[in-house]
Amino acid sequence: MMNQGQIVTNHGRQLAGRAALLAGCAALVAWAGMPDVAFAQEAAPQAPTAYRDIPYIGSRNLVWIIAQLHLLLAGFVLGVPIFAWLCEIVGWKSGDKRYDKLAKEFTKLLTSSYATTALFGGILLFLLIGFYPKLMAYLTDIFFPSFLVYCGLFLVETATLYLYWYGWDAMAEGSGKKFHIFLGFLLNVFAFFIMIVPNSWATFQSSPVVISEGSDFARAWAATWNPTWWPVNIHRLIANVVLGGYICGAYAGIRYLSAKSQEERYHYDWMGYVGNFIGVFGLLPLPFAGYWLMREIYQYNQQMGITLMGGFLSWLFILQAMLIGVLFLGSNYYFWLGITHRIPGSETQYRKPIMAMLIILLLCLGVWMTPHSLVASLEEAQKMGGTHHPLLGVFGVMSAKMTVSNLMVLVTFMSFIMYWRAGKQDTAGWAKAAKALMGGVLGLAAIAVIVLGVWGYFVPAIIRINYFSTSQVGIVIFVMLTITPLTALLLKSAKTTTEMVWGRMPPRAGYALVLNAVMVILLMTLMGYARSSSRVHWHIYGVMRDSSQYAFSPALGYAAALMALNTFLFCMLVAFIFWVATMGDKAKAAAGTKGSVEPGAIPAMAGGSPALDGPEADASEEKRPV
Amino acid sequence: MGGVLVRPVILTVCIYLFLKFIVPNLPHSAPLPSSLIFLYLMLTTAGIVIFATLSGASKDAFFGPILRFLTGEGGGALSSARYLVLALFPLLVGWQTYGSTASSDAPPGENRTIHPAPPGEYTGLSNPVPKTLDNINYGKGLYASRCSPCHGNFDGKGFAAAGFTPPPANFKDPTTIAMLQESYLFWRIKKGGVGLPVEGMPWKTAMPRWELEMSDEDIWKVIMGEYDGAGQKPRTWDESE
Repeated sequence: MMNQGQIVTNHGRQLAGRAALLAGCAALVAWAGMPDVAFAQEAAPQAPTAYRDIPYIGSRNLVWIIAQLHLLLAGFVLGVPIFAWLCEIVGWKSGDKRYDKLAKEFTKLLTSSYATTALFGGILLFLLIGFYPKLMAYLTDIFFPSFLVYCGLFLVETATLYLYWYGWDAMAEGSGKKFHIFLGFLLNVFAFFIMIVPNSWATFQSSPVVISEGSDFARAWAATWNPTWWPVNIHRLIANVVLGGYICGAYAGIRYLSAKSQEERYHYDWMGYVGNFIGVFGLLPLPFAGYWLMREIYQYNQQMGITLMGGFLSWLFILQAMLIGVLFLGSNYYFWLGITHRIPGSETQYRKPIMAMLIILLLCLGVWMTPHSLVASLEEAQKMGGTHHPLLGVFGVMSAKMTVSNLMVLVTFMSFIMYWRAGKQDTAGWAKAAKALMGGVLGLAAIAVIVLGVWGYFVPAIIRINYFSTSQVGIVIFVMLTITPLTALLLKSAKTTTEMVWGRMPPRAGYALVLNAVMVILLMTLMGYARSSSRVHWHIYGVMRDSSQYAFSPALGYAAALMALNTFLFCMLVAFIFWVATMGDKAKAAAGTKGSVEPGAIPAMAGGSPALDGPEADASEEKRPV
Repeated sequence: MGGVLVRPVILTVCIYLFLKFIVPNLPHSAPLPSSLIFLYLMLTTAGIVIFATLSGASKDAFFGPILRFLTGEGGGALSSARYLVLALFPLLVGWQTYGSTASSDAPPGENRTIHPAPPGEYTGLSNPVPKTLDNINYGKGLYASRCSPCHGNFDGKGFAAAGFTPPPANFKDPTTIAMLQESYLFWRIKKGGVGLPVEGMPWKTAMPRWELEMSDEDIWKVIMGEYDGAGQKPRTWDESE
């Protein structure tokens, strides 16, 4: 019999032996895996490798994760400069230094996030070359001239970013500031081109334009100007603004929740407001850009259009409706919390309009989320006469969806207007007439949007798409362009009855900001899957078939799990970038405020700041400092 | 329980009763599937929570009674109710778990797609038959003999319609053929229910494979007759069509 020690020794020897065997096998496989080195002289010529794979995770999943992370990071890196530049201009024009500080705070994040984005881009490129050599050879053959342009753009973008960031303090005043703002403009112009060049590669895969004649440049140019290129460019540009705004909001929300001093709470409450505002500002036109993109896809190819809008991917649009619905509700909720908490005494005054807006939003969302084909058991389907409900089935088509999305945009816009006007009393003589006009415009616009929506069922699809849907969008834009300047004019002479109190938002406002950011990221991962899957079994639609073992569309549940994973990984990456970028500031702040932290200060996140919430907070708000 | 909590509960119950019993009895309506009722009730609950948490006072008024109930304030009947909830909650979870895992002879709820994507070879087709009155009437004649037994007077109510699940399509409904291009109908008529792809499952339709009995030209004529008879226009990308 062996004692314990012998058993352990024998196990150790066996393990060491197996490890040596494994190492030997690995070396052999690695050696054999280098055909040029091992058998170059003896082997017969082989067909070029079309695909490579990786065990366990699979090549497609790995590319999916890395591509999605790269895309999200790119969206962040391209969205933040827009956000920062707008803030810098507002700060410069208004003289409010807070905006300049905010813009600088976010530009600081750019340097580290820019490097991370490039890193993921590099990884993605290596993986694509390794896993899909045939596809990449084809794309390189078509797009090589634009690869060179892309490299050039990266060089100028990097140089401009360095100048923009490192020159911030040196160009803080006078003509220096003007030049700095010009640099910000250039940064965004280059960033825009950095976005649209690879967009041409991705959209080419969905809607290819291939010409066999002409120079390399002519072929690349024709492939670039494919039917979905500009719709995707515009959609992504707006989506990046939304992403930048909501991530800024989430950052502010987390900092607000972990704030220990009133000063920090003021600052991050205000920053959260700005982030949410810019997010909403981008969110309002986003459904229209998405509609245009889908229209172009449907027109380009019926199969792809139906796969997305009526086929197996159509369920993604129900998920999309849910996510957008949460985003609209979250953004409005944040505005409403702002009214009830930042403007003392306004809670009862605005309760009824808030309730009306909430009911409209929920009704609209109910329509938006109602699918055309319902999930039903056989018994339920028999009672309905199929999976299409005879009455509510009308909510499942685009006419209804466009109508409610327009109404939701209108309500969100009015939420903002209400927030803007809260705590102010009109003094202009024409205020009554202006308010009646605004009410009339809003009411007529809502009626017109609904009438066009209902009428849309009784006209040919092309009339609805070309005229009715665009008119609905035009009406909503008209409302915004009418009511915004009128409100601004009214507020110019208005008397402030109640000052806005920053730093009084309850903790749930911070969580709402974080939720909004997560929703946007989930939405982007969802749409990334939709865009790629709409090509079904084609690498390049109708041109190059996917003949790998992954030439099938992953099931929606599987895809949803990967989307959630990508969202989680991206949140972790952004959290890391924020942590690294602000590490120095926090250390400085801690050194500067040592001993001056409010006694007993506990972050709201850790269950502190009970005074921020509860009835006593509402009752005693007037006593608080402005 | 506080009065603030009673109103949302009453509202939720009323909405449930409306969806379950009123909506099915509206003209041209039918019972709603439980998935849709659940969706609408979730929206209602979300709305209630959002409105209740707008201010500190309303939040406390809403959650206060729940918190007090769960944390053990108040004795007597409330205490008994608390024990009842503690006992019923695991049973509810167990029932749900059993319901979702136990084997059953009922077919699973499936998200059947009514209009799956057509095969690539049909997507670029356009109707080659001239749109003349003669051709339309010829198509209507074919429709009357081949299609109307199930699809009826373009309303999906033919004399044989009651025998089919899913039922024949109602062409007068603006959410059916008016949303589709003619080439889509050509594919569906030519290949029938057996030609539906996987996402058209689990109940493939009983639509015959008409390519075995009609020429392509006749199918195009039936399509013209169908649109004309139903008072619909096909989806096109050219307004002049």
